[in-house]
Amino acid sequence: MNASPFATSARTATNRRVESVGKTVLAGVTALLILPLTAILGLLVIRGAPALSMEFLLEAPAAGMTAGGVFPAIVGTLWLVGVSLAVSAPVGIMAGIYLNEYARANWLTRMVNLAIVNLAGVPSIVHALFGVGVFVLFLGLGTSILSASLTLAIMTLPVIIASTKEALAAVPMAFREACWTLGATRWQTIRHVVLPNSISGILTGVILQVSRAAGETAPIMFTGAAFYLPFLPQSVQDQCMALSMHLFTVSTQVPNVPEAIPYATALVLLSVVLLVNLTAITFRSYLRRNRKW
Amino acid sequence: MTARQDVNPQQATSPPDDDRKARAGSALERVIEFAIKASGFSAILFVFAIFFFVFSTASEFIFEKMDFVEFLTSPEWYPTSLSNKRYGTLALLAGTVSVTGLAMIIAVPLGLGSALFISEFTSGSVKEGLKITIELLAAIPSVVWGFIGLAVMNPLIIEVFDAPIGLNVLNGGIILGLMSVPIIVSIGEDALKAVPDSFREASLALGATRWQTARKVLFPAARSGLLAAVLLGVGRAIGETMAVLMATGHAVQIPSSPLDSVRTLTATIAAELGETAAGSDHYQALFAVGVLLFLLTFGVNLAADLIVRGRSAR
Repeated sequence: MNASPFATSARTATNRRVESVGKTVLAGVTALLILPLTAILGLLVIRGAPALSMEFLLEAPAAGMTAGGVFPAIVGTLWLVGVSLAVSAPVGIMAGIYLNEYARANWLTRMVNLAIVNLAGVPSIVHALFGVGVFVLFLGLGTSILSASLTLAIMTLPVIIASTKEALAAVPMAFREACWTLGATRWQTIRHVVLPNSISGILTGVILQVSRAAGETAPIMFTGAAFYLPFLPQSVQDQCMALSMHLFTVSTQVPNVPEAIPYATALVLLSVVLLVNLTAITFRSYLRRNRKW
Repeated sequence: MTARQDVNPQQATSPPDDDRKARAGSALERVIEFAIKASGFSAILFVFAIFFFVFSTASEFIFEKMDFVEFLTSPEWYPTSLSNKRYGTLALLAGTVSVTGLAMIIAVPLGLGSALFISEFTSGSVKEGLKITIELLAAIPSVVWGFIGLAVMNPLIIEVFDAPIGLNVLNGGIILGLMSVPIIVSIGEDALKAVPDSFREASLALGATRWQTARKVLFPAARSGLLAAVLLGVGRAIGETMAVLMATGHAVQIPSSPLDSVRTLTATIAAELGETAAGSDHYQALFAVGVLLFLLTFGVNLAADLIVRGRSAR
């Protein structure tokens, strides 16, 4: 009796086996990436929990940072993120609008785009050198919230520009053309048609930079973040503590810190960063689902 | 998103510029447009300002005080020696290269593997969930990674390898590898997504399995995009500061095994900048290290950019 012409040949069987093995390996590799995220979070929660309490969040460090909480660091991080965004968000969004809506396709625009790509790739410690040299020393702002925030602002600027451009480019060209046809000027079109249709995408990009600015350490180390301050900052000319800097300090610079304190500090920092990120991601997927075009 | 290409209104249709004067756009409008244009050019200004400033601070040191050959080829970095200050960056460079190299050995297979898996073998909410996980992994601040290296990996490496100290190339490489994976996955996935579906359909229609399609069709088709993803991962790893500062120990030496402690270019600046007097030789030497770092990452990023551009031009 002849074998059925539709029976699985040995070759096909091998191919299927190879495929299932390959797929399993790839799935394993991907799972390997989920592992560190959950492992790190789990570890920080387990080891940081003993120190974590309302007092930890609302008290200043005490006894040479071997006790007490992280309140001044939280306040400092809010200052740094707030001031840096106050600078980078308007400049970044306007630069994005310029590049997407105004700039002609010439060598100058290409230079600006190239500059932005490279600004995004500059290592954070080189930003720190620039911050120390220009803001702290040359402009005489000293080690202050202002210097540190400006350094952070320059660092987050290119990403805000890029995400703004992407959000604007997603608005269909027909929207603009329709508006021009009605006699609106370029700016009127941007103000009343392009921005309302892209503002949420632009904001998502800005929110993502909030979490980045909150987590950065190298650019603020020498420009405005202090190891320890006995008082809260009163103005942008003061230095401040910061959560990221505080984690570095208690884990490397101070002897005899109880083990739970750095873990709890890291947990607070990571929670802030991940929560802000999740907010932006949720916001973005909501937008994508409710897109009108 | 299909509208990703840079739409340029100026070229696409004729804008209402001709009528602008007749319409007598309000003064406010002109102010706003000026602010928008000024912001656009500020971005280019910042890049040149950064490079100009860092380079000019370093230039006195580079051109007058330093032996150029010694700076690049001597492994002796003793900026605070009382009798004989030496500024050789070879050991620091070796530190950066060894940690980055190990990081890539870990990150490239992991990153490209999961990019392929997410792009070709998942769909719907699983795909969305994995992409969000990768994004969150990318969001973990580097100081938290450094802390993990210090508090978790360090004792683990001492235990497993019976090493005298766990802060070394291995520790930094693993941490840095995990930090570079997200960028490789997201850019790599974009590259695979950019391969036209007709390629997949043609291959599947010829009877190839999805695995064969991925290996023999998609990988070659997306090769340049995947290479760019890896290069961007390398750029990220070279520039990373806090994690390597905390996880690689502080020994200025050329490592002979993964269990040796090293110090990278970035960590050197971070560790010493606070202790130098502005304008001193040491301060300027750190800026020279900054220039070296800037050029390294600039080269890697530019290469990635050119590769991507070359692909889209074809």
